[in-house]
Amino acid sequence: MATRKRDIPEINAGSMADIAFLLLVFFLVTTTMDIPTGLQVALPPITEEPPDESKQKKREVLEVLVNANDQLLVEGSLMQIDRLRQKTVDHLTNEGRDPNLASTSTKAIVSLKNDRGTSYDMYVQVYNELTAAYNTVRDDYSMAKFGKPYSKLDPQFEPDKDKIKEVKAKYPKKLSEAEPVSLGGK
Amino acid sequence: MAKFKKDGGRSLPAINTSALPDIVFMLLFFFMVATKMRDKEMKVRTQLPQASEVEKLEKKSRLHYIFVGPPLDDRLGSTPRIQLDDAFATVDDIQQYITLKNSEKDEKEIPYMTTSLKADKVVKMGIVTDIKQELRQVNALKLSYTASKSID
Repeated sequence: MATRKRDIPEINAGSMADIAFLLLVFFLVTTTMDIPTGLQVALPPITEEPPDESKQKKREVLEVLVNANDQLLVEGSLMQIDRLRQKTVDHLTNEGRDPNLASTSTKAIVSLKNDRGTSYDMYVQVYNELTAAYNTVRDDYSMAKFGKPYSKLDPQFEPDKDKIKEVKAKYPKKLSEAEPVSLGGK
Repeated sequence: MAKFKKDGGRSLPAINTSALPDIVFMLLFFFMVATKMRDKEMKVRTQLPQASEVEKLEKKSRLHYIFVGPPLDDRLGSTPRIQLDDAFATVDDIQQYITLKNSEKDEKEIPYMTTSLKADKVVKMGIVTDIKQELRQVNALKLSYTASKSID
């Protein structure tokens, strides 16, 4: 038996810091992953008198209705949701060609009405299509005029600010939602 | 010009780095604990709808959350309920909730506060419309229909 005490060799802990750093970076990165995303809406402020929509000329308004059975009615006729985007784009870019659609893009209005029984899923889809239509026409206009899609314009970047303003003036987002009316029933 | 020291002079003592891992571990634990999602305990199911035109919500500190969905607890039935913070609420509580939450914020921030509505797919628009009306009453006009990004 060996009687002499042997020295325990020292464990090299030099790489421990690296491992810990790796973990640290991992946690730093993963904890920022949950960025909430959503469709941004600006609600109209509450007013005493609801705006009179009948003053608007009928041709300027694209009427979109979603009923309790999640059926889509555009300008009085049934439509599948995948055609809504194109229809809205046509409406916004009509510039007076079709007498049933908007005379100019600045006057064009999209009016969205839904029933209390409409499912939220359907509503978000419709809203998404309408937003997509606005984004499409704005992108196209900006691309033709400035050679850069609207979504790539940076609101923090000084030369882009005027461009954004111009595109917004050309295609103002007039997406009106009807004041909720109780029609009875569910 | 100064002369360089000759070799064999006093050598610099090595810096003791044995405490470095401890420091880094301390940082690690700090981040692990501090960044732990202090998410509310969900009482309702929110299976989000999908949309292609979603935008990122920039600042988490500028968000109010409203959850709507059928309760996770089956015993409470399947009628969609509203959850504010950690508790069930009714539509009438929303105004008070937003006002309370706003009072905790800096006054300058209030116009930028966005309400993130997390509603389940099956929720009917009736309840959503009611919530929107309540939000308009308290002038919380920025709303976000929280949806997950769909692959178009």
